[in-house]
Amino acid sequence: MLRFSKLKVFTIIAAVLIGMYLAVPSLMTQEQRQAFQNSIPGWVPSWLVPTHAISLGLDLQGGSHVLLEVDAQDLLRTQVALMRDDVRRILREARVAPQGGIQLTPRGVQVRVPDPADRERLLPRLRELAQPTGNAVLGQTGGTDIEISTTPEGVIALTYTEAGFNERIRRAVDQSIEVVRRRVDVTGTTEPNIQRQGADRILVQVPGLQDPQRLKELLGRTAKLEFRLLAQQSTGDVDMLPMREEGGQRVPVERRVIAEGADLTDAQPAFDSRTNEPIVNFRFNIRGAQRFGQATSENVGRPLAIVLDNEVISAPTIQSPITGGQGQISGRFTVQQVNDLAVLLRAGALPAKLTIIEERTVGPGLGQDSIEAGRTAVIIGSVLVAAFMIASYGLLGIIAVAAVAINVALILGVMSVMGATLTLPGIAGILLTIGMAVDSNVLIYERIREEARLGRSAVSSLDQGFGRALGTILDANFTTLLAAGILFFLGTGPVRGFAVTLSIGVITTVFTAYTVTRLMIAGWYHFTRPKAINF
Amino acid sequence: MLIRYFPTNTKYEFMRYRRVSFPLSAILSLLTVVLFFAVGMSFGIDFKGGTLIEMRAVNGMADVGSIRERAGALGFGSAEVQGFGDGREVSVRIELQPGGEQGQQMVVSRMRETFGNEYEFRRIEVVGPRVSGELVQSGTLGVILALLAILAYLWFRFEWQYAIGAVVATLHDIVLTIGFFAVTQIQFDMTSIAAILTIMGYSLNDTVVVYDRIRETMRKYKKVPVGVLLDQAINETLTRTIITGFSTALAVIALAVFGGEVLRGFSYTILFGLIVGTYSSVFIAAPILVYFGLREGAEIEAPAASAKAAAE
Repeated sequence: MLRFSKLKVFTIIAAVLIGMYLAVPSLMTQEQRQAFQNSIPGWVPSWLVPTHAISLGLDLQGGSHVLLEVDAQDLLRTQVALMRDDVRRILREARVAPQGGIQLTPRGVQVRVPDPADRERLLPRLRELAQPTGNAVLGQTGGTDIEISTTPEGVIALTYTEAGFNERIRRAVDQSIEVVRRRVDVTGTTEPNIQRQGADRILVQVPGLQDPQRLKELLGRTAKLEFRLLAQQSTGDVDMLPMREEGGQRVPVERRVIAEGADLTDAQPAFDSRTNEPIVNFRFNIRGAQRFGQATSENVGRPLAIVLDNEVISAPTIQSPITGGQGQISGRFTVQQVNDLAVLLRAGALPAKLTIIEERTVGPGLGQDSIEAGRTAVIIGSVLVAAFMIASYGLLGIIAVAAVAINVALILGVMSVMGATLTLPGIAGILLTIGMAVDSNVLIYERIREEARLGRSAVSSLDQGFGRALGTILDANFTTLLAAGILFFLGTGPVRGFAVTLSIGVITTVFTAYTVTRLMIAGWYHFTRPKAINF
Repeated sequence: MLIRYFPTNTKYEFMRYRRVSFPLSAILSLLTVVLFFAVGMSFGIDFKGGTLIEMRAVNGMADVGSIRERAGALGFGSAEVQGFGDGREVSVRIELQPGGEQGQQMVVSRMRETFGNEYEFRRIEVVGPRVSGELVQSGTLGVILALLAILAYLWFRFEWQYAIGAVVATLHDIVLTIGFFAVTQIQFDMTSIAAILTIMGYSLNDTVVVYDRIRETMRKYKKVPVGVLLDQAINETLTRTIITGFSTALAVIALAVFGGEVLRGFSYTILFGLIVGTYSSVFIAAPILVYFGLREGAEIEAPAASAKAAAE
């Protein structure tokens, strides 16, 4: 156990040095890191320069963590509304008038068409609405997204299938991520992390954000903008919507949408030149400009309804046809409100409402305090453990301390390369590893002592002690690794950070015990040549 | 010369102590079950849902009484207000509000309106009903999965008797730790699950070290009664058990004292687990093997094992 080939010695030392070298960027501040990278001469290949640093978790650097979920009910409502519009178009094209209009069902729509000839004309067209689900390229077609059924009485029902609706949720999450990213970007935060989580969730992490109120307000709105007309009477094809300026009183609004948010190319906050009131100026794309121009020419003198998220935010009377493709939204807004509205309109509408289901915010003050506390605890803990080891084992105790120090450096090195996140529980994990890494040394030393008591020579005691202890170390650490691994896969956020440092710590501990400690003990034996072991 | 703090060559009769340790552990476990149902644990918002806000007075001390009153008057039910740290800081916990996921959003903004001028908001956590339900699920699942994985691993590496013994000892540690939460009323949240899993890992580490030695001793002395061998193995590893336990405890104590408020409950729990885990390895996990007919299993293994040892 004590013989090492030159190659092995070299490899072990090289591995340790590389590990420690990789940890270097993590020990520096942002500015120092920049200076360090600039100080590297140009002829050094870039892959030799460590750039990855451990990133600090939100609990240490402060920031907001918001978990959003696509509101499935809301999405279903909009999807059913889309289906209703499609069916209405098809009915018109086929010149079929169903009995009792289009009825909504929980997951779709139905129409009653008693005349078989009408049905025959209608059905092929309706079937075109259904799309195969799954990835067609991979041939995983699992049916269609819409199921069409007929009853003998002539009721045709269109229903979203489970697979079809799930696919829409997935698509909604994809679209939402883009919209969320654009909205978060406006808050001027650095390096937000936005990612999908599970089937229907989006995780938004914004470092450094102290008050997520504005972020939540921006994310909590669908921002579905529609230009419609106020209806003259409250019956027929109208929706009763609350009117913002009238204190939420409901007014009839025509169902027909003249133009919508998707037709906008730009939206900017501004002030009305006459009233000096904050407004939003917008510009339509060609399609929107045409439709808006036509509708305003035909309805001069009637009030327009500007509907945002099913609320009439403004109802100006059309004074003259608006054909220039530009317009403004006014409605007794504050400056902040028009800023937000412009942002929301530029970023586009969410396909469905997002619900905040979890929020965790840590202020920068608390984060800084946690870093300080963690650092103090690690330093004091290390000093205590080191003092205890040296008091117990003397010179060999120093070797143990060196091994543990190398171990910690390796943990930091591995974490740097992996780009792992250090959280406060992660620091606890490192400290716990320090306590437990000592264990491998204790196992080895105690075993060596024992073998020596049996009357073996120094070489033989060291040899046997090592050989027997290493098996135990492997078994014991593996069980810890099992627990840490499970923690990693099930935990979230900070707890996961704990699992990461603990797992890496266990692995580096076994590595150091097998190589570094052994090498140092061999070196110690080589230089002191003790006749017997009596440490 | 070094001072020897810990005796070597001890000859404690651990097998005899089991007449005390087994009933003691049984009683403590039973007490925990009673406590768990009679008093219960103080579940944090991770598992109950709700809002947790930590704030610090901008000027002077935090007025806990006034905060409790004003937060209670907001109409979100009673607010649990606790001062901590240097007296400037308080944590306010408000229970899950009706109205599903959206119901929680009002709490933070109303709290900010009410206290925003006098207090700095240092931490805000809002957990909706759905997420808290999932956290309960994944937490429980995690502990069970870890136990199963360990059972399988020890069965594979040792024999079934060891696997059962280790799982019994680990369950014992988990149960007593839950008792610790019930007695101290330390908040039980996701971090506590991490603490329990750490305790499991540590306790097993300890148990495996003792088991490793038991297995070795069993192979060496075929004619000596199992009880004597168990005693011998525990005694031989005792110094290591104490030194490792002590050094880990030093690290954890440093964490408890200097690691800040956030980690305090976590460190106390781990410290408790460290003690229980060490105790259970020596007084439960090892002695319990005597009931499992270790010899028969070992007899079959023995020739192969000694042949392997000879080849080395």
